[in-house]
Amino acid sequence: MDKTISCLKAAVADIPDKARLMIGGFGGSGAPIELIHALIDRFRATGSPKDLTVINNNAGNGSVGIAAMIKAGMVRKMICSFPRSSNAEAFNEKYLAGEIELELVPQGTLAERIRAAGAGIPAFYTPTSFGTELADGKPTEEFDGKLYVRERWLRADYAIIKAQLGDALGNLTYRLAGRNFNPLMAMAANRSIAQVSNLVDLGSIDPEVVVTPGIFVDGIVEVPHPRQEEALVRAGVVY
Amino acid sequence: MIERKLSNAQIAWRAAQDIEHGAYVNLGIGFPEMIAKFQPEGRDVIYHTENGVLGFGGAPKEGEEDWDLINAGKKAITLEPGASFFHHADSFCMVRGGHLDLAVLGAYQVAQNGDLANWSVGTRGVPAVGGAMDLVHGAKRVAVVTDHVTKDGKPKLVEACTFPLTGVGCVTRIYSSLAVIDIIDDRFVLREKLPGMSIDDLQAVTGAPLHIEGDPLDLLVPALD
Repeated sequence: MDKTISCLKAAVADIPDKARLMIGGFGGSGAPIELIHALIDRFRATGSPKDLTVINNNAGNGSVGIAAMIKAGMVRKMICSFPRSSNAEAFNEKYLAGEIELELVPQGTLAERIRAAGAGIPAFYTPTSFGTELADGKPTEEFDGKLYVRERWLRADYAIIKAQLGDALGNLTYRLAGRNFNPLMAMAANRSIAQVSNLVDLGSIDPEVVVTPGIFVDGIVEVPHPRQEEALVRAGVVY
Repeated sequence: MIERKLSNAQIAWRAAQDIEHGAYVNLGIGFPEMIAKFQPEGRDVIYHTENGVLGFGGAPKEGEEDWDLINAGKKAITLEPGASFFHHADSFCMVRGGHLDLAVLGAYQVAQNGDLANWSVGTRGVPAVGGAMDLVHGAKRVAVVTDHVTKDGKPKLVEACTFPLTGVGCVTRIYSSLAVIDIIDDRFVLREKLPGMSIDDLQAVTGAPLHIEGDPLDLLVPALD
């Protein structure tokens, strides 16, 4: 079996309009910038994909990555916990103009909804958000004297994620705190595509240190020396 | 009339004195992060951040940042020996699963029953919640560091929150610019107050009754500025 994809363009070629798209990363840490930019290139060339629902912890920063997707007009809805950043102008403008929808989810609930989707658990109960406006309309139940809110799984059509080492079977390791949502999203999408900094021979990754087993990964593309979103934002790069 | 109050650094210093040796602690973004600077000598404290790091230390030198190594506030951090990485679901297992000893957050308002409002003032704009609603559940103690009153002098310690809630009945202790107050059985119980400030003066700037159980201690903090 070989899940490797030859280039970024091919890696994002079949993501359709209106797809629910998970994008890994927390702020710039672990964000698959090259895959996102390949998607923007495709949109600029073909007008597709558009009307995307993007699932990420944040809603972009500066003028690269998700912020550039939003500026380009590809995103209809964001599902995230914290659509603020040092420079969140791209999302703010569209949101305040009513041109983009927002589903705000507490961060731990967002992570668990994604995990639940990957685990085949359609709903679960959490204490988070009980008694707050983010629990409005959701069922609640008492367990052992405490009240909990029912939350649904969060599935996606595609996930694009960033990892450090990968092999042809899709086994992945991550770099520092760049792990964050990436392993969860790999599990929760119908098709998960990982960019890796180093594509290594089968057997080169010690099975003891594999973080995402290849069963969760459908496509893998090598991007040596990937750009880091925060560094791009600080350098004032506009994509 | 408030004649003297603690600075944020002094409030953070006071909160740091209560963190026990060996505690696992999450400090909220912003003001609460300052507490780590005042960790008493000889105490080992392991800091957790929502984005998947246990055992992180202070900021790296300027120019030595690695932007894949950040905390929940998106600031560059360093690692202490014994640090670990994990994904977001495991991170929030630590939060909600009762594994943290302490979470410290900022506040817009705290009610006498422990309700906390700290994520939204309900006005127009872009709402953002992050991990705040998760952090108030699960830690063995949930403390707040805050000015005692708002910039225009209104109490932040109130009978009932008027801003949107972050969590219900979750706060156990408040470190304010004037006092240390525990929340017990839906009441504010005064533990420490600034020396020289009368209980009546403190009550006048507090939005719900202060209960006294034994003599409140003096809130003594070094000059830090």
